[in-house]
Amino acid sequence: MRFTPHTPEDRAAMLAALGLGSVEELFAVIPEPLRAKSWDLPAGMSEPEVSQYLAKLAGLNAQNLISFLGGGFYDHHIPAAVDALISRGEFYTAYTPYQAEMSQGILQSIFEYQSAICRLTGLDAANASLYDGGTALYEAAMMAVRKTRRKKLIVCTSVSPIYRIMLETYTVNLHLELVEADVSDPAALEGLLDNDTAGLILQNPDFFGVLHDYTPHFAAVHGIKGLGILGCNPIALAVAKTPAEMGADIAVGEGQPLGLPLSFGGPYLGFMAVSQALLRTMPGRIVGRTHDAQGRTGYCLTLQTREQHIRREKATSNICSNEALCALAAVIFLGLMGKKGLVELAELNMTQAAYARTRLTDIPGVEAVDQGPWFNEFRVRLPIDARVAVSRMIDKGIAAGFPLGRYYPEQANNLLVAVTEKRSKEEIGYLAEGLEAVL
Amino acid sequence: MSEAKKAPGGLYYTKEHEWVKLEGELAVVGLTDYAQDQLGDITYVELPEVEAEVEQMGEMCVVESVKTAADVYAPLGGVVAEVNSALEDQPELLNQDCYGAGWLVKLKGFDQAELDNLMDAAAYGQLLAEGE
Repeated sequence: MRFTPHTPEDRAAMLAALGLGSVEELFAVIPEPLRAKSWDLPAGMSEPEVSQYLAKLAGLNAQNLISFLGGGFYDHHIPAAVDALISRGEFYTAYTPYQAEMSQGILQSIFEYQSAICRLTGLDAANASLYDGGTALYEAAMMAVRKTRRKKLIVCTSVSPIYRIMLETYTVNLHLELVEADVSDPAALEGLLDNDTAGLILQNPDFFGVLHDYTPHFAAVHGIKGLGILGCNPIALAVAKTPAEMGADIAVGEGQPLGLPLSFGGPYLGFMAVSQALLRTMPGRIVGRTHDAQGRTGYCLTLQTREQHIRREKATSNICSNEALCALAAVIFLGLMGKKGLVELAELNMTQAAYARTRLTDIPGVEAVDQGPWFNEFRVRLPIDARVAVSRMIDKGIAAGFPLGRYYPEQANNLLVAVTEKRSKEEIGYLAEGLEAVL
Repeated sequence: MSEAKKAPGGLYYTKEHEWVKLEGELAVVGLTDYAQDQLGDITYVELPEVEAEVEQMGEMCVVESVKTAADVYAPLGGVVAEVNSALEDQPELLNQDCYGAGWLVKLKGFDQAELDNLMDAAAYGQLLAEGE
């Protein structure tokens, strides 16, 4: 059985039909510097060889580490029911629900997901989801640019550096002005906010795990008729002041903590919720609930005039996809937790992290960097380079955290430690004892 | 449909199917009967901000119907003096009474000379006839 799409004979026949002698001739219209130099592909292998090769590669990974890694992506427990339910064929292989009469189940599941995101954020409307938290943040920034017709975005340096890099990459050719500054203290906004400011982008908890009340920040940005954008952790929303309570216009975030595995970085789930006034400028799909002629409840994709298949270059965004299966996992996770359960889960994360912070800061030479309050992640300053400490800890079977020097050169000794409900008191003990031993 | 309903006299028209009516210092702007009929049921009007500046034939606002979203162009350059906020809750006024209660925007500070770039009812009627 061949799995390659066409044989050399097939290619020769196609080229002959085009009156060409070679594949190079076929692509001659593409300027030379733009053509691929090489695909850099190794020679083919048989199926057993591929299995062995991949197993060998996987074996190079440090396996079964006790993980205290966070930085925006967290190792939470995923109830078995989540995967069991999303694996049902009706969900797993569903296509875009353009035909409402064929897709009531999928449409309702998206509607329920949107409702859950609205309840978590306190805002009026949510879309069907975006690729991931970083994409959602960029789309929120672009909403602010479109809505205000202004060019300047102020981004706090405590917003995830990964997302800030994504924002720069996405906007590099859009003639916008990205201003990065530490505006944790609202006084720092003085002189930055002006009549060219489209929006202010903040994160809660911030990248260092600290919870904030950004109410004064959003009041200030509204004062100059800009928009307030808040990146948030969906589990922290169960206990923290909501984006709506702070006055944010747009809330976005990474939905991975809601029942999705870390799985090497994806697929993840970008969520977005907005105030009613911004509903029509929101990108992505939106499912609405309505009634048919006989008064029966029905669900459908709505407000599609925002989308590219109707509005072409005027579309709110050229994202024409959503992460329906991941969104479904999230709404199932939230349903299993329930309102009370989610609060308990959030509180458990906070108490476990607080215990770890106490244990680590008891080590001579290790100190807390921030005053708190924290959610489930915090910074500690080590007496040595955090990268060195982390690599020594790997040998003990522990991923001790994220060395902040990678994104913040002035923080070479700072370690970002995340503690979820999955980390037992015993494991936190290993972390503290191990760290003390390697310093 | 009578010719008068399609394009009443005394108004100025654009190729993009906007109409203008002069009211002293103000120019009232709306969509023509042909435009509202082509769009179908109008579900939403995104009005500009008061005091926004517009250029002649520059984008002024967006009208959405059940099947499409269309830009509305400013027939004259000037400053937005008033918007028809009744359209926020009743966008269907555009379908029901496009030359009356369904007006969109009132402009001020426009240049009379720019009226020379617009059509009268007869010329606009001719444009529609050619299109059919």
